[in-house]
Amino acid sequence: MSEPTGVIHDIGYQRYTGLRLGRRHVFGALWLHGLRTIFGLGRSAKAKIFPWLVIGIVTLVAAGLTAVRSQTGQVVMTYAQFADAMSWLVIFFAAVAAPELVSRDLRSGVLPLYFSRPLPRGDYALAKLLALVAGLWLLLGGPQLVMFLGAAFTTGDGLGGVRDELFDLLPGLLYAGLWAVVFASVGLLVASLTGKRAFAAGGVVAVFLMTTPIVGVLSILPSRTINELAMLASPSTVVQGVGLFTLGVQLAPPGAADQMIGDFGPVYALGAVLLAAACVALLLLRYRKVAAR
Amino acid sequence: MTLIATESLTKRYGGRVTALADLTVAVEPGIIGLVGANGAGKSTLIKILLGLLAPSSGRVSVLGLDPTTDPAAVRARVGYMPEHDALPPDLSAAELVTHLARMSGLPRTAARERASEALRHVGLHEERHRAVGGYSTGMKQRVKLAQALVHDPDLLLLDEPTNGLDPAGRDDMLALVHRIGTEFGISVLVCSHLLGEVERICDTLVAIDGGRLLRAGPIAAMTSATDVLAVEVSEGMEELASRLAALDLPVTRDGRTLLVALADEATYDLILGAVAELDLPLHRLDQRRHRVAELFAPREPAHV
Repeated sequence: MSEPTGVIHDIGYQRYTGLRLGRRHVFGALWLHGLRTIFGLGRSAKAKIFPWLVIGIVTLVAAGLTAVRSQTGQVVMTYAQFADAMSWLVIFFAAVAAPELVSRDLRSGVLPLYFSRPLPRGDYALAKLLALVAGLWLLLGGPQLVMFLGAAFTTGDGLGGVRDELFDLLPGLLYAGLWAVVFASVGLLVASLTGKRAFAAGGVVAVFLMTTPIVGVLSILPSRTINELAMLASPSTVVQGVGLFTLGVQLAPPGAADQMIGDFGPVYALGAVLLAAACVALLLLRYRKVAAR
Repeated sequence: MTLIATESLTKRYGGRVTALADLTVAVEPGIIGLVGANGAGKSTLIKILLGLLAPSSGRVSVLGLDPTTDPAAVRARVGYMPEHDALPPDLSAAELVTHLARMSGLPRTAARERASEALRHVGLHEERHRAVGGYSTGMKQRVKLAQALVHDPDLLLLDEPTNGLDPAGRDDMLALVHRIGTEFGISVLVCSHLLGEVERICDTLVAIDGGRLLRAGPIAAMTSATDVLAVEVSEGMEELASRLAALDLPVTRDGRTLLVALADEATYDLILGAVAELDLPLHRLDQRRHRVAELFAPREPAHV
Protein backbone atom coordinates (compact mmCIF):
# COMPACT_ATOMS: atom_id res chain seq x y z
CA MET A 1 0.00 0.00 0.00
CA SER A 2 1.52 3.25 -1.05
CA GLU A 3 -1.37 5.56 -0.48
CA PRO A 4 -0.50 9.22 -0.10
CA THR A 5 -1.40 9.24 3.59
CA GLY A 6 -0.33 12.84 3.92
CA VAL A 7 -3.12 13.82 1.59
CA ILE A 8 -5.78 11.65 3.20
CA HIS A 9 -5.27 13.30 6.57
CA ASP A 10 -4.72 16.75 5.14
CA ILE A 11 -7.72 18.66 6.35
CA GLY A 12 -6.08 21.97 5.57
CA TYR A 13 -5.05 24.69 7.94
CA GLN A 14 -7.39 25.31 10.84
CA ARG A 15 -7.52 28.56 12.71
CA TYR A 16 -7.21 28.30 16.49
CA THR A 17 -10.31 29.58 18.21
CA GLY A 18 -9.69 28.03 21.63
CA LEU A 19 -8.58 29.53 24.90
CA ARG A 20 -5.52 31.75 25.15
CA LEU A 21 -4.26 31.90 28.72
CA GLY A 22 -2.93 35.04 30.32
CA ARG A 23 0.41 36.09 31.67
CA ARG A 24 0.08 34.25 34.99
CA HIS A 25 -0.52 30.90 33.34
CA VAL A 26 2.36 31.37 30.92
CA PHE A 27 4.59 32.31 33.85
CA GLY A 28 3.44 29.21 35.70
CA ALA A 29 4.09 26.98 32.68
CA LEU A 30 7.60 28.39 32.30
CA TRP A 31 8.25 27.98 36.03
CA LEU A 32 7.12 24.36 35.99
CA HIS A 33 9.17 23.71 32.87
CA GLY A 34 12.19 25.12 34.69
CA LEU A 35 11.56 23.02 37.79
CA ARG A 36 11.30 19.88 35.68
CA THR A 37 14.52 20.84 33.88
CA ILE A 38 16.36 21.11 37.21
CA PHE A 39 15.50 17.54 38.13
CA GLY A 40 16.06 16.26 34.60
CA LEU A 41 12.40 15.39 34.08
CA GLY A 42 11.37 15.21 30.45
CA ARG A 43 15.04 15.10 29.50
CA SER A 44 17.60 12.47 28.69
CA ALA A 45 18.69 9.84 31.21
CA LYS A 46 22.10 11.51 31.34
CA ALA A 47 20.55 14.74 32.52
CA LYS A 48 18.88 12.91 35.41
CA ILE A 49 22.04 11.35 36.88
CA PHE A 50 23.49 14.28 38.79
CA PRO A 51 20.30 15.77 40.28
CA TRP A 52 19.04 12.42 41.47
CA LEU A 53 22.44 11.46 42.85
CA VAL A 54 22.38 14.58 45.01
CA ILE A 55 18.78 13.93 46.02
CA GLY A 56 19.78 10.37 46.92
CA ILE A 57 22.63 11.58 49.13
CA VAL A 58 20.63 14.18 51.06
CA THR A 59 17.71 11.78 51.53
CA LEU A 60 20.04 9.05 52.73
CA VAL A 61 21.64 11.40 55.23
CA ALA A 62 18.21 12.45 56.46
CA ALA A 63 17.09 8.83 56.73
CA GLY A 64 20.27 7.94 58.61
CA LEU A 65 19.79 10.81 61.07
CA THR A 66 16.20 9.73 61.61
CA ALA A 67 17.23 6.14 62.21
CA VAL A 68 19.91 7.11 64.73
CA ARG A 69 17.48 9.39 66.52
CA SER A 70 14.76 6.75 66.75
CA GLN A 71 17.25 4.22 68.12
CA THR A 72 19.17 6.38 70.56
CA GLY A 73 16.69 9.18 71.19
CA GLN A 74 19.52 11.68 70.54
CA VAL A 75 18.97 14.56 68.11
CA VAL A 76 22.17 14.37 66.07
CA MET A 77 21.30 17.34 63.88
CA THR A 78 18.51 19.88 64.05
CA TYR A 79 16.64 20.75 60.89
CA ALA A 80 18.63 23.95 60.51
CA GLN A 81 21.94 22.17 61.15
CA PHE A 82 21.00 19.70 58.46
CA ALA A 83 20.52 22.56 55.98
CA ASP A 84 23.93 23.97 56.95
CA ALA A 85 25.61 20.60 56.64
CA MET A 86 24.16 20.00 53.19
CA SER A 87 24.98 23.49 51.89
CA TRP A 88 28.07 22.37 49.99
CA LEU A 89 25.95 19.87 48.11
CA VAL A 90 23.45 22.62 47.38
CA ILE A 91 26.27 24.69 45.89
CA PHE A 92 27.13 21.94 43.43
CA PHE A 93 23.49 21.29 42.71
CA ALA A 94 22.94 24.98 41.93
CA ALA A 95 26.11 25.05 39.85
CA VAL A 96 24.67 22.36 37.60
CA ALA A 97 21.03 23.47 37.62
CA ALA A 98 21.50 27.21 36.97
CA PRO A 99 23.41 26.74 33.69
CA GLU A 100 20.80 24.18 32.60
CA LEU A 101 18.14 26.82 33.15
CA VAL A 102 19.71 29.86 31.51
CA SER A 103 23.08 29.20 29.83
CA ARG A 104 21.58 26.55 27.56
CA ASP A 105 18.99 29.04 26.25
CA LEU A 106 21.63 31.71 25.73
CA ARG A 107 23.79 29.34 23.74
CA SER A 108 21.12 27.85 21.49
CA GLY A 109 19.74 31.27 20.59
CA VAL A 110 16.22 30.25 21.56
CA LEU A 111 15.61 33.47 23.49
CA PRO A 112 14.24 35.43 20.49
CA LEU A 113 11.54 32.77 20.28
CA TYR A 114 10.54 33.55 23.88
CA PHE A 115 10.81 37.31 23.61
CA SER A 116 8.74 37.46 20.41
CA ARG A 117 5.86 36.07 22.48
CA PRO A 118 3.63 38.08 24.85
CA LEU A 119 5.65 37.06 27.93
CA PRO A 120 7.56 40.12 29.23
CA ARG A 121 11.33 39.62 29.33
CA GLY A 122 11.43 40.08 33.11
CA ASP A 123 8.98 37.21 33.49
CA TYR A 124 11.37 34.86 31.76
CA ALA A 125 14.16 35.63 34.22
CA LEU A 126 11.89 35.58 37.26
CA ALA A 127 10.21 32.30 36.30
CA LYS A 128 13.64 30.68 35.92
CA LEU A 129 14.76 32.17 39.24
CA LEU A 130 11.69 30.97 41.11
CA ALA A 131 12.10 27.54 39.55
CA LEU A 132 15.65 27.35 40.90
CA VAL A 133 14.54 28.65 44.32
CA ALA A 134 11.83 26.00 44.41
CA GLY A 135 14.25 23.30 43.26
CA LEU A 136 16.85 24.12 45.92
CA TRP A 137 14.20 24.45 48.59
CA LEU A 138 12.78 21.04 47.70
CA LEU A 139 16.28 19.61 47.82
CA LEU A 140 16.69 20.74 51.44
CA GLY A 141 13.07 20.72 52.54
CA GLY A 142 12.28 17.24 51.24
CA PRO A 143 14.82 15.50 53.51
CA GLN A 144 13.76 17.75 56.38
CA LEU A 145 10.26 16.44 55.88
CA VAL A 146 11.63 12.89 55.97
CA MET A 147 13.30 13.70 59.27
CA PHE A 148 10.07 15.21 60.58
CA LEU A 149 7.97 12.20 59.60
CA GLY A 150 10.49 9.87 61.19
CA ALA A 151 10.49 11.88 64.39
CA ALA A 152 6.72 12.34 64.43
CA PHE A 153 6.00 8.65 64.13
CA THR A 154 8.51 7.64 66.79
CA THR A 155 7.76 10.37 69.29
CA GLY A 156 6.80 9.08 72.71
CA ASP A 157 4.83 12.18 73.65
CA GLY A 158 1.76 11.65 71.44
CA LEU A 159 0.19 14.58 69.62
CA GLY A 160 1.98 17.13 71.75
CA GLY A 161 5.29 15.66 70.65
CA VAL A 162 4.26 15.92 67.03
CA ARG A 163 3.34 19.57 67.56
CA ASP A 164 6.68 20.35 69.20
CA GLU A 165 8.44 18.64 66.33
CA LEU A 166 6.42 20.68 63.82
CA PHE A 167 7.51 23.89 65.54
CA ASP A 168 11.08 22.69 65.15
CA LEU A 169 10.53 21.86 61.49
CA LEU A 170 8.98 25.16 60.38
CA PRO A 171 11.99 27.38 61.21
CA GLY A 172 14.16 24.72 59.57
CA LEU A 173 12.10 24.93 56.39
CA LEU A 174 12.29 28.73 56.45
CA TYR A 175 16.04 28.55 56.89
CA ALA A 176 16.22 26.14 53.95
CA GLY A 177 14.16 28.69 52.00
CA LEU A 178 16.75 31.36 52.79
CA TRP A 179 19.54 29.11 51.51
CA ALA A 180 17.48 28.51 48.37
CA VAL A 181 16.79 32.20 47.70
CA VAL A 182 20.39 33.32 48.17
CA PHE A 183 21.98 30.43 46.28
CA ALA A 184 19.48 30.66 43.43
CA SER A 185 19.76 34.40 42.90
CA VAL A 186 23.57 34.41 43.00
CA GLY A 187 23.85 31.21 40.93
CA LEU A 188 21.40 32.24 38.24
CA LEU A 189 22.97 35.67 37.85
CA VAL A 190 26.42 34.13 37.34
CA ALA A 191 25.05 31.52 34.93
CA SER A 192 23.16 34.12 32.90
CA LEU A 193 26.43 35.82 31.99
CA THR A 194 27.65 33.03 29.74
CA GLY A 195 26.25 30.57 27.25
CA LYS A 196 28.91 27.99 28.03
CA ARG A 197 27.56 25.65 30.67
CA ALA A 198 30.95 24.49 31.94
CA PHE A 199 32.09 28.09 32.47
CA ALA A 200 28.82 28.94 34.16
CA ALA A 201 29.07 25.97 36.53
CA GLY A 202 32.67 26.84 37.36
CA GLY A 203 31.69 30.45 37.92
CA VAL A 204 28.92 29.55 40.34
CA VAL A 205 31.16 27.25 42.38
CA ALA A 206 33.92 29.85 42.34
CA VAL A 207 31.68 32.60 43.71
CA PHE A 208 30.69 30.43 46.65
CA LEU A 209 33.94 28.63 47.39
CA MET A 210 36.52 31.28 46.53
CA THR A 211 34.91 33.79 48.87
CA THR A 212 35.12 31.44 51.86
CA PRO A 213 38.88 31.95 52.40
CA ILE A 214 38.22 35.69 52.60
CA VAL A 215 35.92 34.97 55.52
CA GLY A 216 38.68 32.91 57.10
CA VAL A 217 41.22 35.71 56.76
CA LEU A 218 38.88 38.39 58.05
CA SER A 219 37.88 36.28 61.04
CA ILE A 220 41.45 36.09 62.39
CA LEU A 221 42.29 39.76 61.95
CA PRO A 222 42.97 41.48 65.25
CA SER A 223 39.73 43.38 65.38
CA ARG A 224 36.65 42.01 67.05
CA THR A 225 34.32 44.08 64.86
CA ILE A 226 35.90 42.80 61.66
CA ASN A 227 35.82 39.26 63.00
CA GLU A 228 32.14 39.55 63.76
CA LEU A 229 31.42 41.01 60.30
CA ALA A 230 33.71 38.57 58.48
CA MET A 231 30.91 36.24 57.47
CA LEU A 232 29.44 38.96 55.25
CA ALA A 233 32.20 38.30 52.75
CA SER A 234 30.73 35.10 51.30
CA PRO A 235 27.13 34.33 50.28
CA SER A 236 27.07 31.05 52.21
CA THR A 237 28.34 32.55 55.44
CA VAL A 238 25.91 35.46 55.13
CA VAL A 239 23.13 32.88 55.24
CA GLN A 240 24.74 31.17 58.23
CA GLY A 241 25.00 34.54 59.93
CA VAL A 242 21.29 35.12 59.49
CA GLY A 243 20.70 31.61 60.83
CA LEU A 244 22.81 32.28 63.91
CA PHE A 245 20.96 35.54 64.46
CA THR A 246 17.44 34.15 64.09
CA LEU A 247 17.70 30.54 65.16
CA GLY A 248 20.52 30.72 67.69
CA VAL A 249 20.78 27.47 69.63
CA GLN A 250 19.04 25.46 66.94
CA LEU A 251 22.10 26.03 64.79
CA ALA A 252 25.06 26.34 67.12
CA PRO A 253 25.99 25.59 70.74
CA PRO A 254 24.91 28.24 73.26
CA GLY A 255 27.20 31.25 73.13
CA ALA A 256 28.64 30.41 69.74
CA ALA A 257 26.31 32.78 67.92
CA ASP A 258 27.39 35.65 70.11
CA GLN A 259 31.00 34.69 69.55
CA MET A 260 30.68 34.64 65.76
CA ILE A 261 28.40 37.51 64.83
CA GLY A 262 28.18 39.54 68.01
CA ASP A 263 25.44 42.13 67.87
CA PHE A 264 25.54 42.32 64.10
CA GLY A 265 22.64 39.93 63.52
CA PRO A 266 20.42 42.57 61.89
CA VAL A 267 23.34 43.54 59.65
CA TYR A 268 23.48 39.96 58.41
CA ALA A 269 19.73 39.91 57.81
CA LEU A 270 20.02 43.15 55.85
CA GLY A 271 23.06 41.80 54.02
CA ALA A 272 21.18 38.69 52.89
CA VAL A 273 18.22 40.75 51.67
CA LEU A 274 20.47 43.21 49.85
CA LEU A 275 22.50 40.43 48.27
CA ALA A 276 19.44 38.65 46.90
CA ALA A 277 17.81 41.92 45.78
CA ALA A 278 20.96 43.09 44.02
CA CYS A 279 21.32 39.78 42.20
CA VAL A 280 17.68 39.85 41.05
CA ALA A 281 18.01 43.46 39.88
CA LEU A 282 21.18 42.66 37.94
CA LEU A 283 19.52 39.57 36.47
CA LEU A 284 16.59 41.63 35.21
CA LEU A 285 18.99 44.21 33.81
CA ARG A 286 20.91 41.46 32.08
CA TYR A 287 17.78 40.23 30.33
CA ARG A 288 16.79 43.72 29.27
CA LYS A 289 20.00 43.73 27.29
CA VAL A 290 19.67 40.19 26.00
CA ALA A 291 16.11 40.72 24.77
CA ALA A 292 16.98 43.71 22.64
CA ARG A 293 19.66 41.83 20.76
CA MET B 1 -7.42 47.41 7.41
CA THR B 2 -3.79 48.46 7.28
CA LEU B 3 -1.51 45.62 8.30
CA ILE B 4 1.63 47.55 9.10
CA ALA B 5 2.06 51.30 9.08
CA THR B 6 5.07 53.37 10.00
CA GLU B 7 5.35 57.13 10.11
CA SER B 8 8.74 58.85 10.00
CA LEU B 9 10.16 55.83 11.82
CA THR B 10 13.76 56.41 12.82
CA LYS B 11 16.13 54.23 14.82
CA ARG B 12 19.61 55.26 15.82
CA TYR B 13 21.95 53.07 17.82
CA GLY B 14 24.02 54.94 20.34
CA GLY B 15 23.19 58.23 18.63
CA ARG B 16 25.54 57.48 15.74
CA VAL B 17 24.58 54.47 13.67
CA THR B 18 21.31 55.12 11.86
CA ALA B 19 19.50 51.85 11.15
CA LEU B 20 16.22 53.37 10.00
CA ALA B 21 15.79 56.90 8.71
CA ASP B 22 12.43 58.58 8.40
CA LEU B 23 10.69 55.47 7.14
CA THR B 24 7.04 56.01 6.21
CA VAL B 25 5.22 53.09 4.70
CA ALA B 26 1.79 51.45 4.92
CA VAL B 27 0.95 47.97 3.65
CA GLU B 28 -2.26 46.01 3.31
CA PRO B 29 -2.69 42.36 4.38
CA GLY B 30 -1.17 39.79 2.06
CA ILE B 31 2.33 38.57 1.39
CA ILE B 32 4.75 41.43 1.75
CA GLY B 33 8.33 41.22 0.62
CA LEU B 34 10.76 43.37 2.60
CA VAL B 35 13.86 43.64 0.48
CA GLY B 36 17.17 45.28 1.12
CA ALA B 37 20.86 44.54 1.25
CA ASN B 38 22.41 43.20 4.44
CA GLY B 39 22.42 46.02 6.97
CA ALA B 40 19.61 47.90 5.24
CA GLY B 41 17.56 47.89 8.45
CA LYS B 42 15.29 44.90 7.88
CA SER B 43 15.99 43.17 11.18
CA THR B 44 15.79 46.46 13.07
CA LEU B 45 12.37 47.10 11.53
CA ILE B 46 11.18 43.63 12.54
CA LYS B 47 12.37 44.12 16.12
CA ILE B 48 10.52 47.42 16.30
CA LEU B 49 7.39 45.77 14.91
CA LEU B 50 7.68 43.15 17.70
CA GLY B 51 8.18 45.82 20.34
CA LEU B 52 11.64 44.46 21.21
CA LEU B 53 13.32 47.71 20.24
CA ALA B 54 11.98 51.20 20.86
CA PRO B 55 12.21 53.54 17.88
CA SER B 56 14.23 56.73 18.35
CA SER B 57 11.36 58.70 16.85
CA GLY B 58 8.33 58.23 14.67
CA ARG B 59 5.25 56.06 14.97
CA VAL B 60 4.50 52.45 14.16
CA SER B 61 1.38 50.29 14.17
CA VAL B 62 0.97 46.57 13.59
CA LEU B 63 -2.52 45.09 13.08
CA GLY B 64 -3.85 48.40 14.34
CA LEU B 65 -1.88 48.07 17.61
CA ASP B 66 1.09 50.07 18.81
CA PRO B 67 4.03 47.78 19.65
CA THR B 68 5.78 50.53 21.61
CA THR B 69 2.95 50.83 24.14
CA ASP B 70 1.31 47.42 23.96
CA PRO B 71 3.93 44.91 22.85
CA ALA B 72 2.19 41.94 24.48
CA ALA B 73 -0.99 42.48 22.44
CA VAL B 74 1.02 42.71 19.22
CA ARG B 75 3.15 39.66 19.98
CA ALA B 76 0.08 37.59 20.84
CA ARG B 77 -1.05 37.97 17.23
CA VAL B 78 2.31 37.81 15.50
CA GLY B 79 4.60 34.87 14.78
CA TYR B 80 8.32 35.49 14.38
CA MET B 81 10.92 33.37 12.64
CA PRO B 82 14.41 34.67 13.42
CA GLU B 83 17.23 34.62 10.94
CA HIS B 84 19.81 32.84 13.05
CA ASP B 85 19.95 29.40 14.57
CA ALA B 86 17.45 29.34 17.41
CA LEU B 87 16.83 25.72 18.31
CA PRO B 88 18.15 23.83 21.36
CA PRO B 89 19.78 20.72 19.87
CA ASP B 90 18.73 18.22 22.52
CA LEU B 91 14.97 18.80 22.35
CA SER B 92 12.73 17.19 19.76
CA ALA B 93 10.85 19.47 17.40
CA ALA B 94 7.55 18.34 18.91
CA GLU B 95 8.69 19.15 22.47
CA LEU B 96 10.09 22.53 21.53
CA VAL B 97 7.11 23.68 19.49
CA THR B 98 4.70 22.44 22.17
CA HIS B 99 6.60 24.35 24.83
CA LEU B 100 6.64 27.53 22.74
CA ALA B 101 2.91 27.14 22.06
CA ARG B 102 2.38 27.12 25.81
CA MET B 103 4.54 30.23 26.05
CA SER B 104 2.02 31.83 23.70
CA GLY B 105 -0.75 31.00 26.16
CA LEU B 106 -2.18 27.82 24.68
CA PRO B 107 -3.41 25.26 27.24
CA ARG B 108 -1.41 22.04 27.50
CA THR B 109 -3.55 19.80 25.28
CA ALA B 110 -4.18 22.46 22.66
CA ALA B 111 -0.47 23.25 22.60
CA ARG B 112 0.40 19.63 21.85
CA GLU B 113 -2.24 19.33 19.13
CA ARG B 114 -1.37 22.63 17.48
CA ALA B 115 2.34 21.75 17.61
CA SER B 116 1.93 18.54 15.65
CA GLU B 117 -0.48 20.31 13.27
CA ALA B 118 2.03 23.11 12.65
CA LEU B 119 4.88 20.64 12.16
CA ARG B 120 2.75 18.64 9.74
CA HIS B 121 1.91 21.79 7.77
CA VAL B 122 5.59 22.59 7.33
CA GLY B 123 6.24 19.02 6.22
CA LEU B 124 7.74 17.38 9.31
CA HIS B 125 6.07 14.12 10.20
CA GLU B 126 7.66 11.23 12.09
CA GLU B 127 10.99 12.96 12.38
CA ARG B 128 9.42 15.52 14.70
CA HIS B 129 10.11 13.22 17.66
CA ARG B 130 13.84 13.15 16.99
CA ALA B 131 16.28 15.60 18.58
CA VAL B 132 16.64 18.80 16.55
CA GLY B 133 20.43 18.55 16.73
CA GLY B 134 20.38 15.87 14.04
CA TYR B 135 18.21 17.86 11.62
CA SER B 136 19.33 19.26 8.27
CA THR B 137 19.30 23.03 7.76
CA GLY B 138 16.09 22.73 5.78
CA MET B 139 14.36 20.84 8.57
CA LYS B 140 15.57 23.36 11.16
CA GLN B 141 14.14 26.20 9.09
CA ARG B 142 10.84 24.34 8.98
CA VAL B 143 10.82 23.93 12.76
CA LYS B 144 11.46 27.66 13.12
CA LEU B 145 8.55 28.32 10.80
CA ALA B 146 6.32 25.87 12.69
CA GLN B 147 6.95 27.57 16.04
CA ALA B 148 6.00 30.91 14.48
CA LEU B 149 2.77 29.36 13.19
CA VAL B 150 1.79 27.28 16.21
CA HIS B 151 -0.30 29.89 18.03
CA ASP B 152 -2.23 30.78 14.86
CA PRO B 153 -0.99 34.36 14.40
CA ASP B 154 -2.57 36.93 12.08
CA LEU B 155 0.82 38.02 10.85
CA LEU B 156 4.08 36.14 10.33
CA LEU B 157 7.41 37.96 10.37
CA LEU B 158 9.96 35.82 8.57
CA ASP B 159 13.57 36.99 8.70
CA GLU B 160 15.48 35.47 5.78
CA PRO B 161 13.56 32.16 5.75
CA THR B 162 15.62 30.76 2.86
CA ASN B 163 18.96 31.40 4.55
CA GLY B 164 21.38 28.52 4.17
CA LEU B 165 19.08 26.43 1.98
CA ASP B 166 20.02 24.81 -1.31
CA PRO B 167 18.06 25.84 -4.45
CA ALA B 168 15.48 23.06 -4.05
CA GLY B 169 15.09 23.88 -0.36
CA ARG B 170 14.59 27.54 -1.25
CA ASP B 171 11.84 26.67 -3.70
CA ASP B 172 10.12 24.48 -1.09
CA MET B 173 10.35 27.16 1.57
CA LEU B 174 9.02 29.86 -0.78
CA ALA B 175 6.16 27.59 -1.86
CA LEU B 176 5.36 26.98 1.80
CA VAL B 177 5.37 30.69 2.60
CA HIS B 178 3.15 31.33 -0.41
CA ARG B 179 0.74 28.63 0.78
CA ILE B 180 0.59 30.17 4.25
CA GLY B 181 -0.14 33.57 2.76
CA THR B 182 -2.84 32.35 0.40
CA GLU B 183 -4.47 29.14 1.68
CA PHE B 184 -3.96 29.70 5.42
CA GLY B 185 -5.13 33.30 5.24
CA ILE B 186 -2.23 34.58 7.35
CA SER B 187 -0.43 37.73 6.30
CA VAL B 188 3.30 37.28 5.89
CA LEU B 189 6.17 39.73 5.90
CA VAL B 190 9.15 38.04 4.24
CA CYS B 191 12.55 39.62 4.69
CA SER B 192 15.20 38.88 2.17
CA HIS B 193 18.25 40.32 0.56
CA LEU B 194 17.39 38.36 -2.58
CA LEU B 195 14.85 40.29 -4.60
CA GLY B 196 14.43 37.53 -7.15
CA GLU B 197 13.11 35.22 -4.44
CA VAL B 198 10.50 37.36 -2.78
CA GLU B 199 9.17 38.89 -5.97
CA ARG B 200 8.04 35.39 -6.95
CA ILE B 201 5.70 34.98 -4.01
CA CYS B 202 4.75 38.37 -2.62
CA ASP B 203 2.00 40.70 -3.71
CA THR B 204 3.42 43.80 -2.06
CA LEU B 205 7.02 44.84 -2.14
CA VAL B 206 8.81 47.16 0.27
CA ALA B 207 12.38 47.94 -0.65
CA ILE B 208 14.66 49.66 1.82
CA ASP B 209 18.25 50.72 1.52
CA GLY B 210 20.42 52.24 4.22
CA GLY B 211 17.36 52.53 6.45
CA ARG B 212 15.44 54.58 3.88
CA LEU B 213 12.42 53.60 1.88
CA LEU B 214 13.28 52.94 -1.73
CA ARG B 215 9.96 51.77 -3.14
CA ALA B 216 6.76 50.36 -1.72
CA GLY B 217 3.69 49.19 -3.53
CA PRO B 218 1.80 46.28 -5.08
CA ILE B 219 4.22 44.18 -7.06
CA ALA B 220 1.82 44.01 -10.02
CA ALA B 221 1.96 47.78 -10.41
CA MET B 222 5.75 47.76 -10.26
CA THR B 223 6.17 45.25 -13.05
CA SER B 224 3.22 45.59 -15.43
CA ALA B 225 3.56 49.35 -15.76
CA THR B 226 7.00 48.91 -17.21
CA ASP B 227 6.24 46.19 -19.75
CA VAL B 228 7.96 46.83 -23.09
CA LEU B 229 8.21 45.11 -26.43
CA ALA B 230 11.65 44.36 -27.74
CA VAL B 231 11.93 44.56 -31.54
CA GLU B 232 14.95 43.41 -33.46
CA VAL B 233 15.38 43.66 -37.20
CA SER B 234 18.37 42.42 -39.15
CA GLU B 235 18.63 45.72 -41.07
CA GLY B 236 16.85 49.02 -41.37
CA MET B 237 16.67 49.77 -37.69
CA GLU B 238 16.80 53.55 -38.31
CA GLU B 239 13.90 53.46 -40.76
CA LEU B 240 11.79 51.38 -38.40
CA ALA B 241 12.57 53.70 -35.47
CA SER B 242 11.44 56.78 -37.37
CA ARG B 243 8.37 55.00 -38.73
CA LEU B 244 7.33 53.90 -35.22
CA ALA B 245 7.97 57.39 -33.88
CA ALA B 246 5.69 58.70 -36.63
CA LEU B 247 3.01 56.33 -35.36
CA ASP B 248 3.23 58.07 -31.93
CA LEU B 249 4.89 55.04 -30.32
CA PRO B 250 7.60 55.95 -27.77
CA VAL B 251 10.76 54.22 -28.97
CA THR B 252 14.07 53.88 -27.19
CA ARG B 253 17.20 52.12 -28.39
CA ASP B 254 19.00 49.46 -26.48
CA GLY B 255 21.96 48.38 -28.58
CA ARG B 256 20.61 46.51 -31.58
CA THR B 257 17.16 46.38 -30.07
CA LEU B 258 14.29 48.86 -30.19
CA LEU B 259 12.20 49.07 -27.05
CA VAL B 260 8.59 50.11 -27.43
CA ALA B 261 6.30 50.68 -24.46
CA LEU B 262 3.47 48.19 -24.57
CA ALA B 263 0.20 50.13 -24.27
CA ASP B 264 -2.22 47.38 -25.33
CA GLU B 265 -2.59 44.54 -27.84
CA ALA B 266 -2.82 47.05 -30.71
CA THR B 267 0.83 47.95 -30.22
CA TYR B 268 1.79 44.53 -31.61
CA ASP B 269 -0.27 45.18 -34.75
CA LEU B 270 1.19 48.63 -35.25
CA ILE B 271 4.75 47.31 -35.05
CA LEU B 272 4.08 44.33 -37.27
CA GLY B 273 2.35 46.63 -39.77
CA ALA B 274 5.32 49.00 -39.82
CA VAL B 275 7.79 46.15 -40.32
CA ALA B 276 5.70 44.68 -43.15
CA GLU B 277 5.33 48.05 -44.89
CA LEU B 278 9.09 48.66 -44.80
CA ASP B 279 9.63 45.04 -45.83
CA LEU B 280 12.28 44.51 -43.17
CA PRO B 281 13.50 41.10 -41.99
CA LEU B 282 12.05 40.80 -38.48
CA HIS B 283 14.43 39.00 -36.21
CA ARG B 284 12.64 39.13 -32.90
CA LEU B 285 9.52 40.59 -31.33
CA ASP B 286 8.80 39.72 -27.74
CA GLN B 287 7.54 41.14 -24.52
CA ARG B 288 10.21 42.06 -22.04
CA ARG B 289 9.04 42.15 -18.49
CA HIS B 290 10.93 44.69 -16.47
CA ARG B 291 12.41 42.96 -13.49
CA VAL B 292 11.80 44.64 -10.20
CA ALA B 293 15.56 44.55 -9.85
CA GLU B 294 15.75 47.46 -12.27
CA LEU B 295 14.11 49.60 -9.64
CA PHE B 296 17.30 49.36 -7.68
CA ALA B 297 19.71 49.91 -10.53
CA PRO B 298 19.87 53.74 -10.52
CA ARG B 299 20.92 53.82 -6.90
CA GLU B 300 24.03 51.76 -7.24
CA PRO B 301 26.52 54.58 -7.89
CA ALA B 302 25.48 56.12 -4.58
CA HIS B 303 27.21 53.30 -2.73
CA VAL B 304 30.69 54.13 -3.93
